Amino acid sequence: MKKTKQIFAHLFLMLLGVGEANAEYALNMPKGVTRISNDVYDLHMLILWICVVIGILVFGVMFYSIYYHRKSVGHKAEQFHDNVKVELLWTVIPTIILVVMAIPATKTMLEMDDVNEPDITIKVTGWQWKWEYDYLDSGVHFFSSLDAESNQARQLGSGIEAADVDNYLLNVDNPLVIPVNKKIRFLLTASDVLHAWWVPEFGWKKDNVPGFINDAWVSVEKPGIYRGQCAELCGKDHGYMPIVVIAKEQAEYEQWLEEKKAQALAEASSADREWSQAELIAKGSEVYQANCASCHMADGQGVPGTFPALAGSSVVTGPLDGEVDMVLNGRGMMPSFGAMLNASDLAAVISFTRNGLSNKVGDSVQPLIIKPMLAAMTQPEEDDDW
Amino acid sequence: MSAVTSAHDEHDDHGPKKGFMRWLTTTNHKDIGTMYLVFALVMFFVGGAMALVIRAELFEPGLQFVNPQFFNSMTTMHALIMIFGAVMPAFAGFANWMIPMMIGAPDMALPRMNNMSFWLLVAGGVLLFSTLFMEGGAPAAGWTMYPPLVLQTGNSLPFAIFSIHLLGVSSIMAAINIVATIFNMRAPGMDLMKMPMFVWTWLITGFLLIAVMPVFAGAVTMLLTDRFFETSFFDAAGGGDPVLYQHIFWFFGHPEVYILILPTFGLASTIIPVFARKPLFGYHSMVYATVGIAFLSFVVWAHHMFTVGMPIAGELFFMYATMLVAVPTGVKVFNWIATMWKGAMTFETPMLFTVAFVVLFTMGGFSGLMLAIAPADFQYHDSYFIVAHFHYVLVPGTVFMIIAGTYYWLPKWTGHRYDEKLAKVHFWMSTISVNVLFFPQHFLGLAGMPRRIPDYAVQFAEFNMISSVGGFLFGFSQLIFLYIIIKTIRGGKKATGEVWEGAKKHGLEWTLPSPAPYHTFEKPPKIK
Repeated sequence: MKKTKQIFAHLFLMLLGVGEANAEYALNMPKGVTRISNDVYDLHMLILWICVVIGILVFGVMFYSIYYHRKSVGHKAEQFHDNVKVELLWTVIPTIILVVMAIPATKTMLEMDDVNEPDITIKVTGWQWKWEYDYLDSGVHFFSSLDAESNQARQLGSGIEAADVDNYLLNVDNPLVIPVNKKIRFLLTASDVLHAWWVPEFGWKKDNVPGFINDAWVSVEKPGIYRGQCAELCGKDHGYMPIVVIAKEQAEYEQWLEEKKAQALAEASSADREWSQAELIAKGSEVYQANCASCHMADGQGVPGTFPALAGSSVVTGPLDGEVDMVLNGRGMMPSFGAMLNASDLAAVISFTRNGLSNKVGDSVQPLIIKPMLAAMTQPEEDDDW
Repeated sequence: MSAVTSAHDEHDDHGPKKGFMRWLTTTNHKDIGTMYLVFALVMFFVGGAMALVIRAELFEPGLQFVNPQFFNSMTTMHALIMIFGAVMPAFAGFANWMIPMMIGAPDMALPRMNNMSFWLLVAGGVLLFSTLFMEGGAPAAGWTMYPPLVLQTGNSLPFAIFSIHLLGVSSIMAAINIVATIFNMRAPGMDLMKMPMFVWTWLITGFLLIAVMPVFAGAVTMLLTDRFFETSFFDAAGGGDPVLYQHIFWFFGHPEVYILILPTFGLASTIIPVFARKPLFGYHSMVYATVGIAFLSFVVWAHHMFTVGMPIAGELFFMYATMLVAVPTGVKVFNWIATMWKGAMTFETPMLFTVAFVVLFTMGGFSGLMLAIAPADFQYHDSYFIVAHFHYVLVPGTVFMIIAGTYYWLPKWTGHRYDEKLAKVHFWMSTISVNVLFFPQHFLGLAGMPRRIPDYAVQFAEFNMISSVGGFLFGFSQLIFLYIIIKTIRGGKKATGEVWEGAKKHGLEWTLPSPAPYHTFEKPPKIK
């Protein structure tokens, strides 16, 4: 009830036009934190004011006419129907305004397009439904998906209030971290369908096209946390692949890089030891909820006609090799998780599906088995099809 | 004109058949026009119900009613049904009913094809609607059907594509028929430059349809072969390009946008002079502006794709070309206002809707101008700002003029005056609620809410709630429209032939009795 009251209070305040002081909503485009985003904001405000002025003039004339040139006030209709001078005037003036508008727009456009001489290059790959970040200069690489809390709250009938979740739908497990005042070039691509990478504070969005690489750049002037979302419809969970970028001072950024590298090493070495089955299943359950549940559902029942059920599935309850192949390499809409997860997570999630979700196969697979398979996947393929 | 009426009376031996067969087999332009209009009205409510599902889910953050996949089906089907099921058939209905009467022709040039194009529309519409009940659900990749996502559609994909083929064939046939009628069936003396603006805009719309519907059919056929016959038009792994689809689609899609708006311009140019009791200002420049807009529509398509990663030269070309559209569109708006200027205006419901159209469509035009600025579009693109923009031009733009046209000609069609008081209630309810519905969406888009999402972050909650309230008000206000139409068909004050004061000077249709007889202008009228 408290929430309803709050909302009505907001609505009421907004009607009075005084809500702005205490509400979180925004009415206008953010100015953003890059020079380009400020330029874009200025262009936006310029064209907006031009439109407002034209609108006031044009509608002013119209409403004057509507008020004074009515039959009910006894106005007699005149019968003129042409005036070449006036018509010429209202063709030429708008053209001039457009030319004036086009000049700063072109300037900003050219600046945005200049991705030369970057300090850092980060490859951004869109997946259904997460982002992959690849720091091409330092080798740091990770996936970033919706945080667990939002993910729980967003389910149909979850019973969790969105307002109680911190940054509902705009929070991720692994944020992208960049240094401030460095020119960062993004190479944008996708692995399955179209996506678009959009952080409003940076002033642009750009499509991630599978099989092609787009580029764009930022140079963030202010440390901070900047949030965005996928902007190109990419399937059912399009609304659930947020972007979080943390801009840090150079020293802090370098420290973060080192931490990330150490973390990657630790994860890699975890694949070199023997895991107990209970350990695998426990870990696998987490991995399943984060990566598999959005299609196959939390209980493994899938969505009839679209996403197959895993509970009782012939692949999952069949030979181990078959499932390993399916998970690593994908098929159809099922993405290739060999490219997304590490050996420990893969072994864990495969073991979990065979022993959870009401399946009771009993066997499990060790990270040590998966590791060489992953290594083989990253080898360049032989051109033997020709 | 009494000569025409009596001439008709002598030939009254082949009136309409009785019952269902009348409608199934009719070749009469008025019957077919009526069927188009009824079909459009039904689809307007079907598509509207889908919009209400969307607005209900977006009423507050969190998922309350539908799962995300079904939500996406709703946005996709809402658009397809509104565009191909409601707006285009409504215009075809107006064209069928009015163009022969406006140019002094006895019927359409190709009456049997006219019947076929209507019934193909029904077949296509039913097929499209049936995809909702198929395994895997209705198409959910947006009405633009971008690959690769659309190729993930379940069993409904080939059915949706076939229904688009049917709807396309139906539209092309209707367009050919209208163009042929306008070129061949005009009464002697009805020169091209004397034609009513509605006829002019439909002539140009007809050419646009004939030019671009096959392009769309080609694009979706390529999707079909990519999915089922191992081609790779849009698959980079096979040497194709997903962006190629977008170029083909929008080469159709942008002229399509003007297909949805040009007849609307014609309606405004028809209605304003009648209620201002003045001739249309700048008739010639109106015709040239329409031709100009139609021409530009073929060279601006990639402004729907500014963020797709085009070369800078492409971005700049499409930005400049798009900005140019503002010039002829501006000419039209200025001409309408100059037509009102120093008139003797009255504000019956058709005029009220037309005035609202001029204001609110122009607001959609302003946001269109903003969207044309490519660097700013990098922010607006695929956000709620664009949703607000195209709904402003399509709802208080196109749909308002369809409503205005209906009120304008309803007495001519039925022979009865509609309930003016209730119609004004309908007008005020619609105009207020449509702004409550769509205006806050500008703010949402600017604040960073992407389109086509079933759930959103909490800072978007207030404006979504306001928008949803407006949506439900707007939706239920249209029930008044339905009630007025049914009431007017069943009875009411008898309408004169002229209906609107002094209308005889503004169009041949007002020289006929109301309701218009089953056959009209069997002998061509004399045009001064």
